[in-house]
Amino acid sequence: MIGPEVRFEGVSKSFDGGASFAVEAVDLTIAGGSFVALVGESGSGKSTLLKTINRLVEPSAGRVYVGSDPVTAKRPHELRRHIGYVFQNIGLFPHMSVAENVGIIPRLGGNENNARTAGLLDLVGLPHDLAARLPGELSGGQQQRVGVARALAGEPGLMLMDEPFGALDPVTRDQLGEAYRKLHDRLGLTTIMVTHDMAEALLLADRILVMSEGRIVADGTPQAMLAQGGGEEADALIAVPKRQMAKLRKLEREQ
Amino acid sequence: MSERLADAIAQVPPLLADHVLLSAAALLLGLAVALPLAVGASRNHRLRQAALGAASLVQTIPGLALLALFYPLLLALNGLVAPLGVALPALGFLPALLALALYAVLPILRNAVTGLVGIDPAIVEAADGVGMTPRQKLRLVEVPLAAPVVMAGIRTATVWTIGAATLSTTVGQPSLGDMIFAGLQTQNWLLVLTGCVAAAGLALIADGLLGLVEAGIAQRRCGKIWAGLIALLSGVTLALAPALLPAARGGEVVTIGAKNFSEQYILARLIGDRLEAAGYDIRYREGLGSTVAFEALAGSDIDIYVDYTGTLWTSVMQRADTPPREEMIAGIDRWMRERGRGRLLGPLGFENTYAFAATAGTARRNGLVSLDDLARVAPRLTLGSDVEFLNRPEWAAVRDTYGLRFADAQSYQPTFMYRALETGRADVITAFSSDGRIAANDLRVLADPRGAIPNYDAVLLVSPGRAGDARFTATLEPLIGVIPVEAMREANYMVDRDTGKASPAEAARWLASEIDP
Repeated sequence: MIGPEVRFEGVSKSFDGGASFAVEAVDLTIAGGSFVALVGESGSGKSTLLKTINRLVEPSAGRVYVGSDPVTAKRPHELRRHIGYVFQNIGLFPHMSVAENVGIIPRLGGNENNARTAGLLDLVGLPHDLAARLPGELSGGQQQRVGVARALAGEPGLMLMDEPFGALDPVTRDQLGEAYRKLHDRLGLTTIMVTHDMAEALLLADRILVMSEGRIVADGTPQAMLAQGGGEEADALIAVPKRQMAKLRKLEREQ
Repeated sequence: MSERLADAIAQVPPLLADHVLLSAAALLLGLAVALPLAVGASRNHRLRQAALGAASLVQTIPGLALLALFYPLLLALNGLVAPLGVALPALGFLPALLALALYAVLPILRNAVTGLVGIDPAIVEAADGVGMTPRQKLRLVEVPLAAPVVMAGIRTATVWTIGAATLSTTVGQPSLGDMIFAGLQTQNWLLVLTGCVAAAGLALIADGLLGLVEAGIAQRRCGKIWAGLIALLSGVTLALAPALLPAARGGEVVTIGAKNFSEQYILARLIGDRLEAAGYDIRYREGLGSTVAFEALAGSDIDIYVDYTGTLWTSVMQRADTPPREEMIAGIDRWMRERGRGRLLGPLGFENTYAFAATAGTARRNGLVSLDDLARVAPRLTLGSDVEFLNRPEWAAVRDTYGLRFADAQSYQPTFMYRALETGRADVITAFSSDGRIAANDLRVLADPRGAIPNYDAVLLVSPGRAGDARFTATLEPLIGVIPVEAMREANYMVDRDTGKASPAEAARWLASEIDP
């Protein structure tokens, strides 16, 4: 099994009736099984573009395909049960236990299969005894692991991640990023991750898309981005981790 | 004293049952309106503003006025639905239910909207993200998360409703307010206090049980939720039990009306005792407003009550002339029969007219003998009247006939009007000529040489439904023309005096023995 391809055809989105565009005329194909990072500054349109895939945002123009079908072929709630969605604010249901949160998607489809909870907790590296806890009793990192487990419970081929680790401390963030990348490979997922952190994108993704003012302004592998640059906006974003790295190297040498 | 307390407490159970049923029905109706409206309002900004605005507006109307407004509203509505053969009762349960339900909507609506709108947007986004349908989102996420806030609103609404339900007495729906209003009119503070304590106790218990449900929801403890709900349900069932059991005696039920002063309470009991002895089951609708009482009779919501010829002539029939006594009685009877609004059975034998009265001291100092004398000094004096008088046509007639201009005019409940005279807050009051306190307080009644005040003969009025009931009217005919004003004064004073008070029922028994030895 390998995750589905995602394709955008002339996708635009305006929130003000056409006066300005959050996403403007995006044509793009994301190969099945790839891990793509959508990078850009706040307001560049990356989250809006991501949400057109699971129809949390309906485009003003253009079409979005997951696999061979347009996303409008199914009703929104049916579409979403087969697309994993993880976002910065996590959004665990505070009145449901960890097990109930993880089991919510099967339950919505009328399929109450609790046996899978343990397997999903294993998958995201959480001990089984957390299953009966409420989200409020967990740390931020544990909560987002539950968020990932909940998204995976629908057995999606495609995972949409909107700044998934943005609110976590650097150590947890690094661990979770690494752990997720392994999951991605093991399950053969297609993953599209929105982030404003170029370093995270460079380290996790196979392909980096840089967005600015609603358009895709750079597209390439991490190696290509680092070696040849990707235009003005991409270079500005890459310059930050590069400069930090250089400083760190210098500090190391001075010891 | 303990006997009077026992007497007061004995009145509680049936009124409490009515109070519980009315409050519960009003709350359920309020919930049925407010909760769906809240869901709509939480999704639509414009609906939210409109709904909350309307509910707040309703809340600014005093409870008493809201109840009173439903009476003409239902009468008007009856006019519209009459062709369909539907008759809505304009008095009693329905107007009380509607007014209280409307009153309960705001706290429930406001809290439910706050609860739904206040849910963390991330949780709503997650609910959409995992593929919930709008219905699943409401059931699995929004309702459970908003529930504690909604419950707090329901508790507020419950306490308000139980409190405001005491006002339903004024539209003829029995409640614990009956004790409060009757006690207030007859200065039976024990009765007032017992009614208040019962209503407050009911509110506290209901609030406590709903609090248990609220805590159960917040702590996700089903046991608490069920315990609270079952206790509430048992309370309502218990209140419902008397209504569900078949009437024990199976007699015909007669509803006796009374306005809101002692004489009316006494006469209602006098009539009631007589009918009960004749085998009728009786109910009382006491504390009715003056015009409400007549409309209630004309609509057969009550079967019988005592009114006064002058009131009927001027307020109900809108006549400005003052014909002689017999002519007026015959005129009212004819008027009622012609319009199918019941009939006038006959006069009781005494008059209860408006009597301008002053203390002996005030009368002597100002040389007051008649209303002509009063007109001279009125600009220096304060008039104390009952709450209705200043808006009645009789006042306009007296004022214009004698050219009365007072320095100030204050309205009081009848009992407090006499107090105002005693304490000097009022110099002249519009007393009632059958009131025992005129003689007891040594008041001077001012003559009406120009005949501006019409006759106020007490008359028995019978509803259209009972007008042709020979057995019914025969039972009451012995009351016609047998109550002298002295006996009525004495009976009134038994109830109105400050010490050694009798209940209206006791005064009625005394009066019965007096007129029928």
